[in-house]
Amino acid sequence: MQTGCMLWPRRRPDDPLTRDLEAAIGADRVEAGTSARHLYSRDGSIIRGGRAGVVCLPGSTEQVAACVRIARIHGRAFVPRGAGTGLAGGAVPCDDPVVIVTTRMDRILEVDVDRRIAWVEPGVVNLDLTKHLAGTGLHFAPDPSSQQACTIGGNVANNSGGPHCLLYGVTSVHVAAVEVVLPDGEVVVLGEEEGDPIGYDLRGAFVGGEGTLGIATRIAVRLTPDPPAVRTLLLDFATIEEAAEAVSAVIAAGVVPAAMEMMDQQVIRAVEPFANAGYPLDAAAVLIVELDGLPAGVAREVELVATVARKHGTRSVRIAADEDERARIWKGRKAAFGAIATIKPSYYLHDTVIPRTRLAEVVAGVNEIAERHGLIVMNVFHAGDGNLHPLLVFDDREPGVMEHVLAAGEEIVRLSLAVGGVLSGEHGIGLEKRRFMPLLFSPEDLAAQRSLRDAFDPDGVANPHKVLPSGASCGDIRDLPVIPEGVWV
Amino acid sequence: MGVSRLEEFRDEVGPSDPVCVRGGSTRWLLGGSPAEGCREVRAPSGVVAFDPAEMTVVVGAGTPLVELAEALAECGQEVALEGPSGATVGGVLAVGHSSLRRARVGSARDALLQADCVGSDGALYKAGGPTVKNVTGYDLCRLLVGSLGTLGLIGQVILRTWPSPERSLWLQGPATPEAVRRMCHRPSTVLWDGHRVSVRLEGYDEDVEAEADALGAALGLAEIANAPVLPPYRSRWTGRLPERSVLEVGSGIVHGPVEVAAVEPEAGVLALAARIRSGFDPTGRLNPGRDPYRIAA
Repeated sequence: MQTGCMLWPRRRPDDPLTRDLEAAIGADRVEAGTSARHLYSRDGSIIRGGRAGVVCLPGSTEQVAACVRIARIHGRAFVPRGAGTGLAGGAVPCDDPVVIVTTRMDRILEVDVDRRIAWVEPGVVNLDLTKHLAGTGLHFAPDPSSQQACTIGGNVANNSGGPHCLLYGVTSVHVAAVEVVLPDGEVVVLGEEEGDPIGYDLRGAFVGGEGTLGIATRIAVRLTPDPPAVRTLLLDFATIEEAAEAVSAVIAAGVVPAAMEMMDQQVIRAVEPFANAGYPLDAAAVLIVELDGLPAGVAREVELVATVARKHGTRSVRIAADEDERARIWKGRKAAFGAIATIKPSYYLHDTVIPRTRLAEVVAGVNEIAERHGLIVMNVFHAGDGNLHPLLVFDDREPGVMEHVLAAGEEIVRLSLAVGGVLSGEHGIGLEKRRFMPLLFSPEDLAAQRSLRDAFDPDGVANPHKVLPSGASCGDIRDLPVIPEGVWV
Repeated sequence: MGVSRLEEFRDEVGPSDPVCVRGGSTRWLLGGSPAEGCREVRAPSGVVAFDPAEMTVVVGAGTPLVELAEALAECGQEVALEGPSGATVGGVLAVGHSSLRRARVGSARDALLQADCVGSDGALYKAGGPTVKNVTGYDLCRLLVGSLGTLGLIGQVILRTWPSPERSLWLQGPATPEAVRRMCHRPSTVLWDGHRVSVRLEGYDEDVEAEADALGAALGLAEIANAPVLPPYRSRWTGRLPERSVLEVGSGIVHGPVEVAAVEPEAGVLALAARIRSGFDPTGRLNPGRDPYRIAA
């Protein structure tokens, strides 16, 4: 059931919380009206039922700290938020908190090309940083599919991934230091610009904290040299199992590609009209394999990958001849989720990781689960590191379909765990998966995680009810929406 | 099924009295010596499972690094951990110093996927997970690396492995680090002693030779047979290279002939660190006397 406007008490302009926030950071940076509070009550996830108390759009570290302190004085929790593209409900506000949006803190503060470090504000859009670096020979490696919208602050909160994390590593690898407003309002810098952290790796602990450990207000990111040579291959398979086996075989052959992505037939057929990439429409699955580095090694890896793929039944090996062809091959992958609306109006996306040697059997298992529940499943995912993104598509107007969607989703999670996998590879836990945490972690494991959280936030005011299992019902999966505009995976 | 080595280690650590864990004793005094009367324990040793196709290895924390390296080398793989001769996997993780080759293989903390630890209460807890990509819950693994065993005693770990390079070589010559870095794509190590630069290239034969030839022709760098010997003490780069010292370019670590005291972090960071330590170890029984903030770099 959608939470109705009826339930939203109107906030009077003289509400003391709003008044204090306006006095501290300016009336133009505080939104207490019903429409703004609605807008910020949800994120890119399927989760509904959140409710923002008041929305702040601070412009500086000091203003973020002021928002945190004022929230505390008024006994309110706070929820940090970037662009709101998250898929696990990490930015969905529970219990009328102060929502602190960092999108107006969007300056690239400093780029040091020699030391390969940039200081940025959290609201800088991921792709904007790489665009800004054009001509320097450097780029920011994490490339989540939402990179044209998501912010670097959000990447830090979720320890975001993306196709090229296979070789270059997830966000944590690329964050050297971070200035943080802690949940008590104090400002600290965690980590070092260069080298290993001094003392405890508080930077490493903070990254991926999903906004429950504080708010990043400045971030020192490491910049990666552009590779001198890049080759992109499109491999075409008659069965999804053969494609999955080829992925495992490439890794087993000692090649770690920069990226290795799989798309199944449903996805190929949906995206081709948009991408015009020339994907083989009769293929059961394609692999996009990107190899980069120095030219001779890349040439040898291209040969090796092609040989392994042929051994595993690839019907064709297409190597992008130029940058335009490469861009079109990637366009289909990156636009995959915009094309889903052509199949069915609603979707539910999962994000689990499995050992990459078990891909073939798990993909077959996922398809079997979907079939048994009468659902269509589309697979488009980061195959090289075993990061599955099974996408259940359906029409939520069909009676009883929701029960099947949720049941199938849970079966997929349990299947992933049964083969030695984990709950999330890059979307995080948020509200969506906290109930599954005890499937992977013992009470002792969870207590250790709780110790970390409590050390950062002894009073439980930072993004409460997220990540760890919670008795609160806020953000339960109540209903599934039609596909929101602009969703990426 | 009998009691596993990990469970034996858990039982040995037990729920009470101060304990310190001994690895290879190669850096025993780093971060402070263990408190008087501390009971010594050793983590299990040996490779438990190596899956080259998955590029992960399960290994006891007490395993000598050399033994692990030999097991991985049989399949042409390696881990991004490096330590003095005799060092153990657990010791290298507890200290947290990254390999000199970090620019190629990644930092020590990026190598750790899962750690099975004995906590202060004597129960096992797991940090991280077995897959190469994982954001399930808080990233305790990165926090454990460099914590000197003060948040839990690491008994067994799952590490990420990588294919070993086909070829590696060292070059040396009178050039600047900036010039070398501009000419090479991701050299694994660049060292600078104020006069000469030493660079380690790794990768496929033809690529390494091509870069070595280019560095020789443009900057006069020549191949040397052995890795340069580094002075024994580490400190942080402060913008000036002390005498007889060597800078690890890109990592901000200076290797020098004299010991340098650790720089005191800001009060807010220390307070947070103290809360973390007491949260994980309320009775202060895990490696008492040791303090990660006393390591200079």
